[in-house]
Amino acid sequence: MSIVAIVFRSLRQHLLSTLVTAVSVALAGGLLLTVWVVKTQSQAAFTGVNAGFDAVLGARGSQLQLVLNSIFHLEASPGNVEWQDFLEIQNNPDVELAVPLAVGDNFHGWRIVGTTPDLFNASEYAPGKKFELYPGGKWFDPVRRAAVVGSFAAEKLKLKVGDKFHPFHGLIYDEHKQHAETYVVVGLLKPSNTPADRVIWIPLEGIQRMSGHDPANATEVSSVLVKLKADSALAGFQLDTFYNKQGRRLTFAWPIGRVMAELFSKIDWFDRVLTLVAWLVALVATSSILASIYNSMNERRRELAILRALGARRTTVFAVIVLEAATISALGVILSFGVYFGLMSGVAEIIRTETGVVLVPLAFNPVMLWAPAVFIALGALAGIVPAVKAYRTDVARNLTPHS
Amino acid sequence: MSDSSPVLLQITGLQKSFRGPDGVRQRIVDVPAFTLAAGSQRALAGESGSGKTTFLNLIAGILPADAGSIHFNGVNVAAFGESRRDAFRAQNLGYIFQTFNLLQGYTCLENVLLGMTFGRGADRVRAVNLLKRVGLGDRLQHRPHQLSTGQQQRVAVARALANQPRLVLADEPTGNLDRKNSLAALALIRETCREQGTALLLVSHDRTILDQFAEVQDFHQLNQVFAEAAV
Repeated sequence: MSIVAIVFRSLRQHLLSTLVTAVSVALAGGLLLTVWVVKTQSQAAFTGVNAGFDAVLGARGSQLQLVLNSIFHLEASPGNVEWQDFLEIQNNPDVELAVPLAVGDNFHGWRIVGTTPDLFNASEYAPGKKFELYPGGKWFDPVRRAAVVGSFAAEKLKLKVGDKFHPFHGLIYDEHKQHAETYVVVGLLKPSNTPADRVIWIPLEGIQRMSGHDPANATEVSSVLVKLKADSALAGFQLDTFYNKQGRRLTFAWPIGRVMAELFSKIDWFDRVLTLVAWLVALVATSSILASIYNSMNERRRELAILRALGARRTTVFAVIVLEAATISALGVILSFGVYFGLMSGVAEIIRTETGVVLVPLAFNPVMLWAPAVFIALGALAGIVPAVKAYRTDVARNLTPHS
Repeated sequence: MSDSSPVLLQITGLQKSFRGPDGVRQRIVDVPAFTLAAGSQRALAGESGSGKTTFLNLIAGILPADAGSIHFNGVNVAAFGESRRDAFRAQNLGYIFQTFNLLQGYTCLENVLLGMTFGRGADRVRAVNLLKRVGLGDRLQHRPHQLSTGQQQRVAVARALANQPRLVLADEPTGNLDRKNSLAALALIRETCREQGTALLLVSHDRTILDQFAEVQDFHQLNQVFAEAAV
């Protein structure tokens, strides 16, 4: 019978406290894994999503607001861009593609965005990936009241090809602000796992000329997505200087990833607080291993004395207790992956619903290797205090039962 | 056992004292000389509190001696450090307690296997055979609480013999049994020790048990603590 067998029999003997303690470790481990993975994945996702474009041109204002509005379809538009400005940047020799966007309407809270077919036909939302339609659908005709619906929005709104709907004015759903125009769903986008999945896409002029919109704005767009030519290394700097430093009317948000990275650096303190809380929870959980085993030491003194009487050395009983603590922690770590998967799936669903950014719970993250190792080490460390008590057990005194 | 049998245990000037609650050290054991032949069986008679258990614990190496020597098979184990005493106990001694001291979370078989773990190593076949020998072949997977007290003591006997020890120490081994079971348990201990060629040193205050032995020694006479007190 090995030390490991002795440890497992001891854990079996104290099954309830073993399980309760392991579950507390599992909850702490699951929380830590979730916080860490959400932090790293969301940062990578938000700074990596650019819809296949390098920059956004919009009204004078916050670059972050411009990116959130045009790439993530969050926030309100900071203002409009003249059609002439769109044509100007479209014709810039360093610009490969410029796609105008117009916002201002919704359907039951899901954002309606006007654009040109170039967004689907001429651009790639990720390297080598173009938007695709489910069979039976087609891209909208820019002169018709037709809509192509993002996969997530279609799923939530239960829209299918041939369905008709009336847009509502504004970015927030108000049942009293329904437009008279009727739009027909002509296509459903296959999932792109980008914020575009949450959008109802209609022709640019649809937004511009929607009933109730200011006719004066009919020649304006909300923003322009800009893709620079690959061989124009300095184009971004030049346009940044031209629009942001020399000009005063427009804002050129470039590069998109840098703008989002600045956002994350601003909320870095929040990440740190979350991580600190997760570590504190981990510390409390591993302390519960200490408390659980330490509290059982009184009733186990006789058991340890018997082991010693049978020839077990002090170091052996010390090792048994430390190994027991580490095993409880390891059991908790195994369970923590279940907790993590449950928590992470919930968080990923919320983030996808709110932002369209897709987090993948099953994607590997280095924390999945080092956190379990740290937890098991902390568990073993927590076992040292009761192990010292076991080490000091007075064999002769504890061989007889105490009343 | 004949007088010509080699000496297994030779004790000289063995002393042990403990500090009492008042801080004063009190001598509990003071045995000038004691010998036990290999394979022999001897009973030590004495009342509770006479130091018999301490004497056995000193022989077993559970307690360190303050003075004196304990030569076991010619080697002075009293000079060993704690770790070597543990190893010596695991490989050479079996211990039967009044309260059996079985581990409640272990099956009968596991209790016996545990008796081998720190000595010669677990031997499942031998453990099963020992349990069959003590009449518990059909109780291998039972836990102690599922057995009668007599059966529990039989598991303790099997465990004590698990490592093929040279000496079995038995501390009031029948103290928790009724008269009928006491005599049966004693007979089993003596028979199995004899079969294994193992010496037996048993302490008891029960006259019926002591009467079963040819060699009975009064611990009061052996332990000089009482002689000094009488003076």
